[in-house]
Amino acid sequence: MEQRLADELIIDDRAGGIFRVNRRAFTDPAIFEVEKREVFDRSWLYAGHASEIAKPGDFITRRVGGRPLILVRDRTGAPHALLNSCPHRGNIVCRERAGSGAQNFVCFYHAWNFDLDGSLAGVPDEASYTPAFDRRAMGMKPVPRFENYKGMLFVNYDREAEDLITFLGNAREYLDYMLDFGGDDVEIVPGSQAYSMKANWKLLIENSIDGYHAVPTHYRYFVQYLNDMGADNSAWLGQRRQLGIGLALGGGHSVIENPQRRTPVMSTADDELAQIRARLVERYGPERAHRIADFSRNLFIFPNLILISNWHTIRTWYPLAPDYIEIDAWAALPRDESPALRQKRYENFISFLGPAGFGTPDDVSGLEGCQRGFATCRELEWSDISRGMGKEQPSSQDELQMRGFWRRWNALMRGERGPTDCSDRPPAAHRAAAE
Amino acid sequence: MTGVTLADIERFFVEEAALLDEWRLEEWLSLFADDGRYLVPSLDQPQSDHRTTLFLIADDRKTLASRVRQLLSGQTWAENPRSRTRRLVTNFRILDERADSVTTTANFAVWRFQHDATDVYVGRYVNVLVRVGAGLMFRERRVILDLETLRPHGKLSFIL
Repeated sequence: MEQRLADELIIDDRAGGIFRVNRRAFTDPAIFEVEKREVFDRSWLYAGHASEIAKPGDFITRRVGGRPLILVRDRTGAPHALLNSCPHRGNIVCRERAGSGAQNFVCFYHAWNFDLDGSLAGVPDEASYTPAFDRRAMGMKPVPRFENYKGMLFVNYDREAEDLITFLGNAREYLDYMLDFGGDDVEIVPGSQAYSMKANWKLLIENSIDGYHAVPTHYRYFVQYLNDMGADNSAWLGQRRQLGIGLALGGGHSVIENPQRRTPVMSTADDELAQIRARLVERYGPERAHRIADFSRNLFIFPNLILISNWHTIRTWYPLAPDYIEIDAWAALPRDESPALRQKRYENFISFLGPAGFGTPDDVSGLEGCQRGFATCRELEWSDISRGMGKEQPSSQDELQMRGFWRRWNALMRGERGPTDCSDRPPAAHRAAAE
Repeated sequence: MTGVTLADIERFFVEEAALLDEWRLEEWLSLFADDGRYLVPSLDQPQSDHRTTLFLIADDRKTLASRVRQLLSGQTWAENPRSRTRRLVTNFRILDERADSVTTTANFAVWRFQHDATDVYVGRYVNVLVRVGAGLMFRERRVILDLETLRPHGKLSFIL
């Protein structure tokens, strides 16, 4: 049944150069149920950053993949990801969003209390249980899999999942560029953005790696704002615009990569940025420094994580329904930057991103518009994602990077295991037939 | 700041609220001194400094002028068609008086209607006002929201 469900959703005609997605993929509650099981419950999901729980006793709580979690650093300095539900009778154990100096967690319902590593430390009136009651087995349950990549904390609800490095695959190289840009470890800075969208979760993936929409949707930024700031916007639009490339990295991960085009706020930081670049050359050599510093990238990590280098954001989201997502976004910035440069990075970030920036609200409005439009999906069945098929190297204004996501999504929805060919290349069998 | 009464403050709050609800944004912008700022802290850091914390909005006057121009241009898709808004502003207080400025606060609830959805934004304003000629102007307009998240609002695309 799942095979049939998924078969009807994607038209991937690599030889003919047509790629279409059936709009039921954005609206059907039955598809949404399969997605939760086959996509989200099998993938590595970004949960938080080590800098958010920097010291023993620091903790944050958030929902990841639909589950309430506590991320906490115990007395020995080890991080843990615990399911935030009392193993006794289910109550949310920790009800604060964040804190520091925690000694233990106490569920207020029956006052069971837990060490920071989740082990059960105290049960009121424990003598009333039989000898079969095993306190050691009644601690707070950790997530099945928990891994740290350069401070980024990921969880996976599938005990059998491949390790995180294998999962990241070719995306790892680009993730390194994203994290190394300041020549120092990054940290999550204070002030997070928690908002929502009345739209399907996959629309935000398409949108986050879509160079084609930038100028029409974000005219207010690329024309009005840049003009108002006296910035030269010729690199972004018109005859002299500089086009980048779009890549499907495999595993559903994707990136768009453009030549570095400096934003108005960051143009006021040329000296500091030149110093950072010099440090990058020193630390990584000229070629790698060039790869890190001279490009802007939107990196999508399957299935719900985006890093955008222009604004240094980490953004993740999760669907509560086919037509509603919760979105969380943070700024990740080099640890020891000067306060003056920090402030510029903040201003730069919010000039475009976030629920009140000059970019994000128009994306929210557009994607909510798509979702309202999908009410016609019985009459108007397909969305077209064919741009750039047949090109040797599609540009960042093409859609290969979206097809890469959809191909992986489709494979998982069909219950396929193992790697997926996310490229536009016709399969060998097709090529042989054509010759 | 001598000679400013609570009645003056209340009149200022009520009249600027009318400008915003009527989308007379250029007139509202003209209430900002040259060094004026329009600030909206992140919802998880309501008491913070925009120089050391990521805000939702930290406009200086030049950026705010651009925001207003964008909103009135018809090319800001999040506000085309425009939201209808109605704000109730109340509980006026003077928090601090200095030689050249007065810090005032008021509570607000703003209803916003767009695309068949209704969102309510609740919080308080903290305005630092200076006297210019016969009138008052913003040196700082700070909007401290009580909301925990912008869910299901999704965006803050009009001026609060």
